[in-house]
Parts: sequence; C-alpha cells; structure tokens
Amino acid sequence: MSNTNEATPPERIPVMQHILDNPFLLLFLGVAMPTVFYIVWGVMEIVTIPVAK
Amino acid sequence: MNTLFRTCPQSGLQFDKTAETLMKANAVAGVVFLLVGGILALLVTLTRWPAVHLLPADTFYMTLTAHGIDMLIFWIIFFEIAVLYFCSSTLLRCRLATPRLAWLAFALMLIGSVTANVAIFRGDSSVMMTSYAPMQAHPAFYLGLILFAVGALVSCFIFLGTLVIAKAENTYEGSIPLVTFGALTACIIAVFTIASGAIILIPTFLWSVGLISHIDPLMYKTVWWAFGHSSQQINVSAHVAVWYAIAAIAFGAKPMSEKVSRTAFLLYILFLQLASAHHLLTDPGISSEWKIFNTSYAMYLAVLASMVHGLTVPGSVEVAQRKKGFNKGLFEWLRKAPWGNPVFSGMFISLIGFGFLGGISGVMMGTEQLNLIVHNTLYVPGHFHATVVVGTTLAFMALTYFLIPVLFRREVILPGLAKWQPYLFGIGMGAFSLFMMGAGTLGVSRRHWDIAFAGSPMAYEYPATAYLLLGLMAVSGLVAMVGGAAYLLITVGSLLWGKKLEPVSYRKETVPLRLAPGAPAIEAHGGVGVGGFAAPGTFVLALVFLVSFVLYYFINWKYLSQTWGLS
Repeated sequence: MSNTNEATPPERIPVMQHILDNPFLLLFLGVAMPTVFYIVWGVMEIVTIPVAK
Repeated sequence: MNTLFRTCPQSGLQFDKTAETLMKANAVAGVVFLLVGGILALLVTLTRWPAVHLLPADTFYMTLTAHGIDMLIFWIIFFEIAVLYFCSSTLLRCRLATPRLAWLAFALMLIGSVTANVAIFRGDSSVMMTSYAPMQAHPAFYLGLILFAVGALVSCFIFLGTLVIAKAENTYEGSIPLVTFGALTACIIAVFTIASGAIILIPTFLWSVGLISHIDPLMYKTVWWAFGHSSQQINVSAHVAVWYAIAAIAFGAKPMSEKVSRTAFLLYILFLQLASAHHLLTDPGISSEWKIFNTSYAMYLAVLASMVHGLTVPGSVEVAQRKKGFNKGLFEWLRKAPWGNPVFSGMFISLIGFGFLGGISGVMMGTEQLNLIVHNTLYVPGHFHATVVVGTTLAFMALTYFLIPVLFRREVILPGLAKWQPYLFGIGMGAFSLFMMGAGTLGVSRRHWDIAFAGSPMAYEYPATAYLLLGLMAVSGLVAMVGGAAYLLITVGSLLWGKKLEPVSYRKETVPLRLAPGAPAIEAHGGVGVGGFAAPGTFVLALVFLVSFVLYYFINWKYLSQTWGLS
C-alpha cells in the first residue's frame, strides 16, 4: 500500500499569494505607483508651463 | 550569535532583548514629543479661542509650527518605528536585523528632532509644518528634518531585513501574520514618503544656506505633499494594523477573511499615497486630469480599502464575541464588550472616529469640486485631527496599555483613570474635530492668528456662529487635553512607579511560534450570527456609515450649488 502523503501533490500557491508574500515586490509597486502617477506626471506638468515673457 | 530572547508569561510573545530596548527607546522618545506637542496644543487652542486669544501673533505661528512638527512627524513616527520592530522581531519571533544600525537610526532621529525643535524655538523658523517656499526657515530646521528622515528610512530597511531573517531562519510558517503585513504596508508607504521628503528638503536646505538661488513654489508644494500627506498614510496603515492586533489581543479574534484584509492593504500600497494630490486641487498649473486621477479615481480605491478594514475589524470582534455566547440580537456582542478595558475602548473609539469623522470628511475634501468650499479653511485641520489624533494617536494609546505590562514589565497605575482616559480623549477630540470642520464650512481660515483680521483694511465679519463654533472647539479641545494629560500621567507614572512584574530570564535560543496572546483564537465563524449573517450587527453599523456618507456627500454638493447663485 502506497503512502498517501507521497501521492498527494504539493498544494498550489495562488499567484496573488506569491505577490503578497514578496515584500520587495510590494515595496517596488508601492514606490513605483506614486512616483509615476503623482511625482513624475505632476512634475512634467509643472515644467511644461510656459515661462511668462 | 549573541541574541538573547525572553518570553512574556502573560501574552506568550517573545522579545529579542536588543529589539525590546529599541522599542522602549523609540516609544519613550515618541511620548516625550507627545508631551511637548500637547503643551503646545494647549497654547494654540487658547489662542484660536477668540474669547481668550492668548498668544501674540509671532509666538502663535512659532508654537503652531512646533505643534505640527512634534505631533504629526516626531511623536507618530517614533512610535511607529517601535510598532515596526514589534511587528517584525516580536510577532515573527526572530532577532532584529543589524541592531547597531538600529541604534544609529534612533540617534539620527533623536538628533534630527531636537535640532528641528531648537531651530523653531529660536523664533526664525515659524514656517508652519508645510514650510512652503518662498518662506524660508533657518537651515537647521531643514537639516533636522533630513536627519530624522534618514534615521526613519534606515529603521524601515531594518524592518524589511528582519522579515528576511525570519524567513531565512524559519521562525514562522506560511505567510507573515496580518498585523505584520499591515506594518509592512506602513513601512512601504514610509519609504516613498521619506524619499519624497529627501527629494524636496535637500534642495530646500541648500537654498537656505545660499547654494541654490531659487525654489519653485509649485514644484516645492507638489513634491512636499508626497512627503507631508503620505506621512499621514503611514499612520493610517499602522493604526489599522494596531486595530487588528488589539482585536486579536482583547478577543482572540481572527480576521473575517485574511484574503480580503490583505487585498485591502494591497490597495493601500498601490493607491493611498496618491491622495496627497487633494492638497493641490485649487492650484493652477497642474491639469484636472492629474488632479482627478490621483484624488477621485485612485483615492477612492484606497477609501474602499479603509471601508473593508472598518468592516472586518469590528466584524471579527463580533464573530469572536458571538462565539463566546453573546449571540442575542444585533448588538449584544457590542453591549457586552469590555468597555472598561482601555485597550478595547480606545481601539473602538479610534475606529468609529476615524471612519465617521475622518473618513467621510476626507472623501468630501478629496473631490475636486467640493474641495473649493473648504480648501485651506479650518475644515482641513478638523479632518486630520479626526484621522491622525482620534484615529492614530488613540489607537497607539490603546496599544500602550497592552505594552506597559508586556514590554515594560510594569503594572498600569491608576486603573480607574485609565478606564476613562480613552473616552475623555476620544470624545473630546472627536467634538474638537467636528466643531473645527463646522467653523471651516463657514469659511474660517486654517492658520490665521486672528480670524477677524482686526485693524486690517481687509477686515471681515464672520457670522456669530463661527465664533460659537470656535468656542465649542476650544472647550472640547481642553477636554481632550485632560485625556491626553491622563495618558501621559498613566504611562510615565507606570514606568516610574508601577509595580514591577515578576522578572523574566533571557535565553539564547528562540522558541517555535505560538499564537496565543490573551484569549484563545476562534477557529471559524460558522454557526453564529443572525439570518445567515456571521456579523449582522457590524453589517447594520456599516449601513449606518454608508447612509451618513452618502447624505453628507450630497449635502456638500447642495452647499456648492449655493456658492455662486445663478440668475
């Protein structure tokens, strides 16, 4: 009789859990999002304001 | 390895000796700044109370600058670093990464905070917390903030390093606990916040010493708010983590759904910091697309996350209470909750105040059109006193009552006063915020020393109601300050004169994870509740919240419609 533990494949970890379990990926996302959408976009808008003559 | 550990006999939590000392040092430094900021709060309140009008103008602006910096930056971030070390080293039962560097970080933060305070109290740095260019402070003001920020950033990376150590040394199984995940969220937001602070404060420092000729005011304001507002988002993530911790400590409650709560924290990581844009909603030079994307779209996803936490924290408490037999009707679980325990009452008042006062007003202010009604009025500090003081500070106060015996190994003194302290502070500060928002709705300006502009050619007559609201605000503020003083008396008194708990011995090895702080954890939430709902009481509270939210939102559109009459 075979050992049932050996026959059971390892539990598949969902992709979302992989993401949530990776603190450095989360750090990247948490810094990249506001850097792009708030700082870079905002600064680009300010530097393209025409200079008064 | 020379790491020493001890296990708390009351909670089962395990402390690395160095991490324990660092937590104590950071928490005590935070409380010292709370004391300084609290005394300054009294002076500011007594000046903004028109009947008293205590301080002359220049002293008022100096006091307000120090109050803002000491409370919003130094008190809260020192305490948050203690929370980060607790959530990593203690909850994951592992040694703290690079303890010597952690002491260096603490020293930088301490030197920075003292330097900034000295600069302010010299009297030539009364630039408010926002320190908008072209107003210029003494170089020591910016230098102090930069040193503090560097120290805090190093502490964040020590927290991340400790997570790596815990994983490498297998001190926990599976995913990190939800409370640690909340602390990770706070840490990630802190990294962005502090980096933004460095991006803008370093050139501003160079400008103050004459090495740079000009700082563009709009550029300053845009980048500064990535630091200034995001620093308050660190608080939100940290106090939500503290709510989950207290639900587990006081009730043995488990989150209703780990998956949902973690996803809500992910929404914070992705979107919460973008809400900084609401400070620029009336500034020309930045497009409506930028403003609307960052506030209305991105911010609403972060608000959704807050509503999820606002539902799951009391929901988990309700399920735990129902499991214990408080299963009658909708609210027996809440009536029979330990309202005399300041750990619970502080957390629950923090949750309600944060949601109903801070949350709803924040969404209103974050709407581009509605923001015009209240921009730069007293409504804004009304909002953030509800989020940061009722929400964060009260949650941290509640956690302190748990930490005094567990971390400091002392009994809490004056237990009768401790029972009342969260009510005095929470209700006083809630009313203070509400009256501030009322005065702001009538147009009372945010920072001005004298709302009447007396003796000025621009004198303005506010309705008498504005003066009444300012008086009520001040009286409520005094009640809150009595609550704050009670907290300081109890915490400092407990550390100095509280009865010492039995000594614990330190050992060299860690012991396996045992999650049994306080009451035993429940296994599931099946079999309790009413009408198929596991937490029907919380569901009703959530509906009350939503109705209040929608009503208040539309009332403000009505106000807006009356701002400019159409013929």
